[in-house]
Amino acid sequence: MTDRLLVGTRKGLFILDRRSKRWEISATAFLGDPVSAVLADPRTGALHCALNLGHFGPKLRQSTDQGVSWQERETPTYPAQPVDSGDKPWKLVQIWCLEAGGDDEPGVLWAGTIPGGLFRSADGGTSWQLVHSLWGRPERRQWFGGGYDEPGIHSICVDPRDSRKIAVGVSCGGIWITLDGGNTWASRTTGMRAAYMPPEREFDPNIQDPHRIVQCRGATDVFWAQHHNGIFRSTDGCASWAEIKNVRPSSFGFALAVHPRDPNCAWFVPANKDECRVPVEGRLVVIRTRDGGQSFEVLDRGLPQTHAYDLVYRHGLDIDASGECLAMGSTTGALWISSNQGDSWECISTHLPPIYCVRFM
Amino acid sequence: MAYIIFTPNLQRHLSCPPLEVRGDTVHAVLEDAFAANPGLRRYILDDQGHLRKHVLVAVGGEIIADRINLSDPVAEGADVYVFQALSGG
Repeated sequence: MTDRLLVGTRKGLFILDRRSKRWEISATAFLGDPVSAVLADPRTGALHCALNLGHFGPKLRQSTDQGVSWQERETPTYPAQPVDSGDKPWKLVQIWCLEAGGDDEPGVLWAGTIPGGLFRSADGGTSWQLVHSLWGRPERRQWFGGGYDEPGIHSICVDPRDSRKIAVGVSCGGIWITLDGGNTWASRTTGMRAAYMPPEREFDPNIQDPHRIVQCRGATDVFWAQHHNGIFRSTDGCASWAEIKNVRPSSFGFALAVHPRDPNCAWFVPANKDECRVPVEGRLVVIRTRDGGQSFEVLDRGLPQTHAYDLVYRHGLDIDASGECLAMGSTTGALWISSNQGDSWECISTHLPPIYCVRFM
Repeated sequence: MAYIIFTPNLQRHLSCPPLEVRGDTVHAVLEDAFAANPGLRRYILDDQGHLRKHVLVAVGGEIIADRINLSDPVAEGADVYVFQALSGG
């Protein structure tokens, strides 16, 4: 199992290590600064950390010594906006996710941003280029913000078998896939529905709000989505999505984790509903399916069961490469780790800053 | 010449000692400062070259009006302060 965890919060980065079976905070960085995304590049060992400085804007930092020291790297930058574009401002608001390219393309990194631009680096984050082929799609003008003023890319799934195949999730702009490394794109939301829109646009692919999408690394045709209106699953590489119904205690939430080898096994953290984003009846639970969503187990051992108001954001749940260890961080600054697939949870802290993202190394 | 001073809070992120700068507009003096210290640009200006939403610039004690083109005049010998706006938290 993994022995190191990165936790990005409203007020800094926390690095945790497992020592003698106990998880402890071993280092902090950027204390006081919002950390919006983290990545440990499995190919190089480099750490990448996205900051969102309240006054001075989004920034990127990189460490090549396991977080002992950090260096500033170029921040993705939108090109000059044509005066007559009629578009919303082409200005970087936030780096929302960072992902490594495939093993066959060392140096390639991807960054998903608000207001909806996908950026690619070919040199390990030294420089970034906007992916114009997606930004220039006319449908992109229909995207809108979900929780933020502007739309954003929060999920980037690079197919482990073929790094030219990439799926990205957009709130609110649906799911877009490329089969040729980003040269051409197609929308793939068939089966998803948006109850927050007029009936005429319920199935419009360009306004769907998948809060998070995750691909099973061992069965790459299988994707899971925690959507604003429920849980969906695709078994055909995003070509179609089936809604998982009758989920208790709720199918509303943001985060999900998928077992790295078993495509039928996934975890979610339900909240009450979209207009009341707290755990149902004040009981924080994780739900787990092992049968592709036909049934769910409610997992609550070690989690607060009275007056708990923790919400887990879309990057606040992660599973390690072994498929045994899960980490979960909440808006209330609580952090839990499970070493038995969620059967029980160990509380690491209840007084961290609000947690935006957790990620095993 | 004018004199440009940066908020100490920016020093957390990069070195930015006060500078003597040339120019008769905010745009000109900032460009002169960026020429001497290129890393400053993206902390002060956004992707489109506009003043960042939560950065405040004052010339001779007056908060500048033109945050887009940065055309406010800078008099000879003026002090130009770059602060963080409290709107940014």
